[in-house]
Amino acid sequence: MTDENETLGIFSGMLGIARRDLLLAWKRPGDILNPLFFFAMVATLFPLAVGPSPEQLELSGPAVLWVAALLAMLLSLNSLFLSDYEDGSLDQMLVSPMPLSALALGKTLAHWLTSGLPLVLVSPVVAITFRMPFSVTGVLMLTLLLGTISLSLLGAVGAALTVGLYRGTALLSLLILPLAMPVLIFGARTVSLVASGDGVAGGLYFLGAYAVLVLSFSPFATAAALRISNE
Amino acid sequence: MTAKLTADELTLFRGERCLFQGLSFALSPGELLLLEGRNGSGKTSLMRAIAGLIELESGEIFWNGEPVRSNRQAFHGSLVWMAHRVGLKADLTLVENLKFEAHLRAQSNQDFDEVLQRLGIDRLKRLPIRSLSAGQQRRVALARMMMSRVPLWLMDEPFTNLDREGRSLVMELTTEHLDRDGMCIMAAHQDIEIGGNVQKILL
Repeated sequence: MTDENETLGIFSGMLGIARRDLLLAWKRPGDILNPLFFFAMVATLFPLAVGPSPEQLELSGPAVLWVAALLAMLLSLNSLFLSDYEDGSLDQMLVSPMPLSALALGKTLAHWLTSGLPLVLVSPVVAITFRMPFSVTGVLMLTLLLGTISLSLLGAVGAALTVGLYRGTALLSLLILPLAMPVLIFGARTVSLVASGDGVAGGLYFLGAYAVLVLSFSPFATAAALRISNE
Repeated sequence: MTAKLTADELTLFRGERCLFQGLSFALSPGELLLLEGRNGSGKTSLMRAIAGLIELESGEIFWNGEPVRSNRQAFHGSLVWMAHRVGLKADLTLVENLKFEAHLRAQSNQDFDEVLQRLGIDRLKRLPIRSLSAGQQRRVALARMMMSRVPLWLMDEPFTNLDREGRSLVMELTTEHLDRDGMCIMAAHQDIEIGGNVQKILL
């Protein structure tokens, strides 16, 4: 254990908690794999149900992949603060000298790295079942990359608000989904538009701007929500 | 200026019930505040209120003369809280848990291995917290408390799950902390033998 005589910076707490959560995820890989399996399963079962018509698959591919990704993110959100709440770590976070918003952002970062990023990485494989061309797959990954960042940040606020509630999953979805709609609409539409030969910039700009907007308020809202939930 | 914790006319309700009303105390370096009372009398709630986790109905807590409410970070930097739930990650090892703690709070320059040895948990370093007994987990929480360099210790039922030797160790550690001009607030319903200045509040 090191002897740190100087005061610790904000980033110490943020990166410390992000590292701890990544370590926890590494030790319990099931928590990462569950949403990922869900995503892969929805996206591969859909073509089987729709039938082999290529036009239909190409048409519905972006929408189905995006809806599946959104639901997979929701699935992983519920546990974001739950274990901290149950084992008393959340209390310790609340009485630590680190700003709670920095800790919340650290946790959200770890959440995105273990839920959003894996979705982005497996999406090209899943996209094959929808006969998605290579160039469109790249755009799908880009939209998912920007979109899942927003979803993680939005979800952290919802997860913090519902952490003290017994079975808060349904409420969490109700809270998050309205705010997640723009991400879904622009994410899925951008991919479909590119598939039909349109430009990509507009949609990506919007998703990027939305991610920045959410980033600007999410840590503070999450911190405030955690304080309320833990009373 | 010496560190000092004062509470002025604290009132706390939980639901419709009034847990305490007009409660005041002042704690100076080297003093122990002992909270006594039946189960459910509000010892833990008072402690959570002092730590800033629940809002008081009325009253104000001051740390070095400054209201805690407007100066939360400085106050939290001066306290460590040993809660009823230990707040350790079950899947991480003892060392990993305490390393994380070092990211949050200034650490004392005590030798880490010596502290663990003293608490009798030096052999459990590489084991996940999950595989430790409840008493051993308490000892890890004690190690966390000892490793942080703060004047104020909040201890909620520190003797729970500890064996006789562990209980006397807690009293010994607390006495040492008070001798170093530390402060301690402890909720307990056992008889304790701690040298030094002891104030009691019966809730």
